[in-house]
Amino acid sequence: MSPVARRIGLGVLVAALLVYPFLDRNNSHVDFLANAGAFILLALGLNIVVGFAGLLDLGYAAFFAIGSYSYAILASQQFGYHVPFWLMLLIAPVIAALFGLLLGAPTLRLRGDYLAIVTLGFGEIVPQTFLNLPQYTNGPNGISSLDQPSIFGHSFGFSATPYYYLLLGLIALGILIAANLQNSRLGRAWMAIREDELAARHMGINTTTTKLAAFALGASFSGLAGVAYAAKLDLVSPDQFQFNVSVLVLSMLVLGGMGNITGVIVGSFVLSFVNSFLLPQSTTLAHAAGFPNIDFTNYRFMLYGIILVTMMLFRPEGLIPSRARAAEFHEALADEPLAEQEQEEYEGAAR
Amino acid sequence: MALLELRGVRKSFGGLVAVNDLSFALEAGSISAMIGPNGAGKSTVFNLITGIYVPEEGAIDFDGRSIRGLRTNRIAARGVARTFQNIRLFAFMSALDNVMAGRHARMHASMFDSLLHTPRQRSEERAVRERARELLRFAGLERDEANYARNLPYGSQRRLEIARALASDPKLLLLDEPAAGMNPNEKHDLIGLIRRIRDLGVTVFLIEHDMSLVMNVSERVTVLDHGEKICEGPPEDVRCDERVIEAYLGRSDGAA
Repeated sequence: MSPVARRIGLGVLVAALLVYPFLDRNNSHVDFLANAGAFILLALGLNIVVGFAGLLDLGYAAFFAIGSYSYAILASQQFGYHVPFWLMLLIAPVIAALFGLLLGAPTLRLRGDYLAIVTLGFGEIVPQTFLNLPQYTNGPNGISSLDQPSIFGHSFGFSATPYYYLLLGLIALGILIAANLQNSRLGRAWMAIREDELAARHMGINTTTTKLAAFALGASFSGLAGVAYAAKLDLVSPDQFQFNVSVLVLSMLVLGGMGNITGVIVGSFVLSFVNSFLLPQSTTLAHAAGFPNIDFTNYRFMLYGIILVTMMLFRPEGLIPSRARAAEFHEALADEPLAEQEQEEYEGAAR
Repeated sequence: MALLELRGVRKSFGGLVAVNDLSFALEAGSISAMIGPNGAGKSTVFNLITGIYVPEEGAIDFDGRSIRGLRTNRIAARGVARTFQNIRLFAFMSALDNVMAGRHARMHASMFDSLLHTPRQRSEERAVRERARELLRFAGLERDEANYARNLPYGSQRRLEIARALASDPKLLLLDEPAAGMNPNEKHDLIGLIRRIRDLGVTVFLIEHDMSLVMNVSERVTVLDHGEKICEGPPEDVRCDERVIEAYLGRSDGAA
């Protein structure tokens, strides 16, 4: 696609997104899109950690939980703190980023599978902690009646439309940040670490601070998503942040194309669409057609499984891959012995 | 004045002494080589200089200051760059991005500059891209700018590693078997490239098995065997030294 065609296409898309709530008066559609927006934001954040820096994080939902609970605790009747929503949009990413540092620090020496296991552990610990501190979080009941955001004196209320625009704005911000990072000193350092950590150190890259920056910045996105999602749902509870949320967001990356911002957005939109729209809608249709016992939403995980297995078999680089991933899977499978040799040398040299 | 000086350096792995009581110095602006049979400890010496290993005993001074125990990235920032015996490029990054990543230590953009693309960051990126292109030209890779490092021919990969190493404006460049796997033509070009690097004011220290290249390009040769320095001097002296011949070919009277 030529740059001009791409710009026109992008302009049309943005215009369509901006007028959509006026054209479709069905609030449930807008509601779906707003929820999908929160997941796009999560996927953009996880993409920094996994796609750019190559750090496999299986506990990303923990940061989503931290972002959501920050809002629930600091902007509700729970303790009587009523920090304004817009201020929380600044505070929550910082809190999530601090936890990103905290959880990232112990994992710095780990790679690949080992890192994945430890992050999986963190993903379990965080919701369990919220569950088991009922004096602060009401335990399994969660915190409800959160403060509703308002703009120019108008409360968001229970309409999805203001959240739709809010998330559109946050996603635009997220894309800008992710794209800026990708083409920068920090982004190149992440990719260098992803490609060869030992060589990266020889370029003067401080792998400790660079990896921590990935964890912190990645987590900050879920801080934003958490605040928006919690306010919209008007409730946070520990069961919203189980392991399957981490897997869902990671699946969005795999489906769309890890490392590619457009791919990540497409992947998260497609999975959200299947998850929150297609399955419930087809269930309703089936019921209307006289099959009251069919509930397609129960097949959700089977469907994820099928999607992932199919993708791995036929298009492992994702729907819209980054150039690097596409090349990795299709151009250069011939030199595996060299890769093994490098690995041996690395293990020999690692302290 | 010596740019790099090792004094009494020792490093062992379990019971195996890889480098023992090694001392030598590199003059600033020189081209020196380290040779020795396989397993003599040459690559270990490189790993000691770049901070991958910390010596158990001895001192390593670079540019008048101790670098012993510094982290690899700090040593790189002080001005030590290297290439690897088995090429370790950033395989799925373009040749240009490889060289730009090599300049990391000389860049100043903070996390917030990277995040916001401040004017300062933009002008730095432009300058670094320009510098990286110059280095690609210097290494004869100007046409490969957009190609993935992985997809370059072998000889070009070796040269890209050198261009990436030069991107940090090093004072000392360590080349680990730069001619390995090269054909005679490529070796000839490599000799020219090494001399041009020295002419930029960079001190070059190489490990190499190709004797004609070593004898041709280096001003001083250090010979290592079983982790110990057995001989040192100008190439023509080293070539005739009995201990060197013995290390490579064995003793004439001790043969079983």
